[in-house]
Amino acid sequence: MQSEYAYDSKIEGDVIVTRVDAALNWFRANSVWPMPMGLACCAIELMAVGASRFDISRFGSEVMRFSPRQSDCMIVAGTVTYKMAACVKRIYDQMSEPKWVIAMGACASTGGMYRSYATLQGVDNIIPVDVYVSGCPPRPEAVLDALMKLQGKIKKEPVLQDLVALKPLLGQNQ
Amino acid sequence: MTALESANQIKVQFGDIISEPAEFRGEISLKLADADKLVEVCNFAKKTLGFDFLVDITSVDNYGEDPRWTVVYHLRSLVHNVELRLKTDVSEEKSALPSVLSVWRTANWHEREIYDMMGIRCVGHPDLRRILMWEGYPYHPLRKDFPLAGKPTDLPGVAFTRVTPMEGGPFVTLPTKEDSIAREPRVRVPEDAEPGVSDKRLVKK
Repeated sequence: MQSEYAYDSKIEGDVIVTRVDAALNWFRANSVWPMPMGLACCAIELMAVGASRFDISRFGSEVMRFSPRQSDCMIVAGTVTYKMAACVKRIYDQMSEPKWVIAMGACASTGGMYRSYATLQGVDNIIPVDVYVSGCPPRPEAVLDALMKLQGKIKKEPVLQDLVALKPLLGQNQ
Repeated sequence: MTALESANQIKVQFGDIISEPAEFRGEISLKLADADKLVEVCNFAKKTLGFDFLVDITSVDNYGEDPRWTVVYHLRSLVHNVELRLKTDVSEEKSALPSVLSVWRTANWHEREIYDMMGIRCVGHPDLRRILMWEGYPYHPLRKDFPLAGKPTDLPGVAFTRVTPMEGGPFVTLPTKEDSIAREPRVRVPEDAEPGVSDKRLVKK
């Protein structure tokens, strides 16, 4: 007779054996909580990505967090002016690791059509960008594609190696 | 009361400091010779003639001419449904004129914008800070002698600017009835950029 504490494959399904790295990356890649850095018209398309037709929740990213402390991926959607640049940098610095950045649209990627005294020529001048999305503004599908590309990138990250490298910085009790 | 009648009344009231009303495409403009009388003229236009709404204040840089600045007030009467334009010149040495904030409260942000972009101060404004650029930015970017690409600045903890690579630009679009390829913004030599002339490289022979 089977103990009630034993593993019950009828209820809990089959056992999967994997590496810790792969498991951690799987968790991370499928719950990328975005920080919607909506600065211009791209933000409207970003709303469409979150709404029912395109539905970013299919990728585990429906939890738009307006606090940098709770978010994983900053989606820079729109024109970054020099006046706003310091704020974008500060919010990025407030996000906890691991963190990623998607530059959505021509303006966030390169300054776009704004070749002028007022516009930062690409958000990669102040923060590291993982995925660039072309378009003015990009179609919502393009943003989903960027998210899938980011998931692919996350799944290849050497998480354990990074954590071991971080250990001396975290102190004795970690 | 039409715009022309209003303009004539201002002319009768203030005499020589007001120019003859100029008409262009059905719109009336007046030029005020003495900027120091601006508040009086505006008060008269509002209180007596019913111009209760200040639509906009704009400024023009007549670079290389004297006086350098022209400040333009766009007045509207919601009562009589007419519009009137009031212009006044300001010299570069002075670069200041009276604030009309006591007449129309909406002038507040317009005057801050003119100070920010063109560097013309409105005397009597209670809060003349920059409105678009940040406090401490050293230039007035809409002046004709300021390059479109900007100038490098750095204000630690607030903002920095760099010179934008223009890559042969600025890229200019033209109003034309041709297709989107002809309208597309591109580098244009000045003779191409005459009004009404589309891109000569695309004109069918």
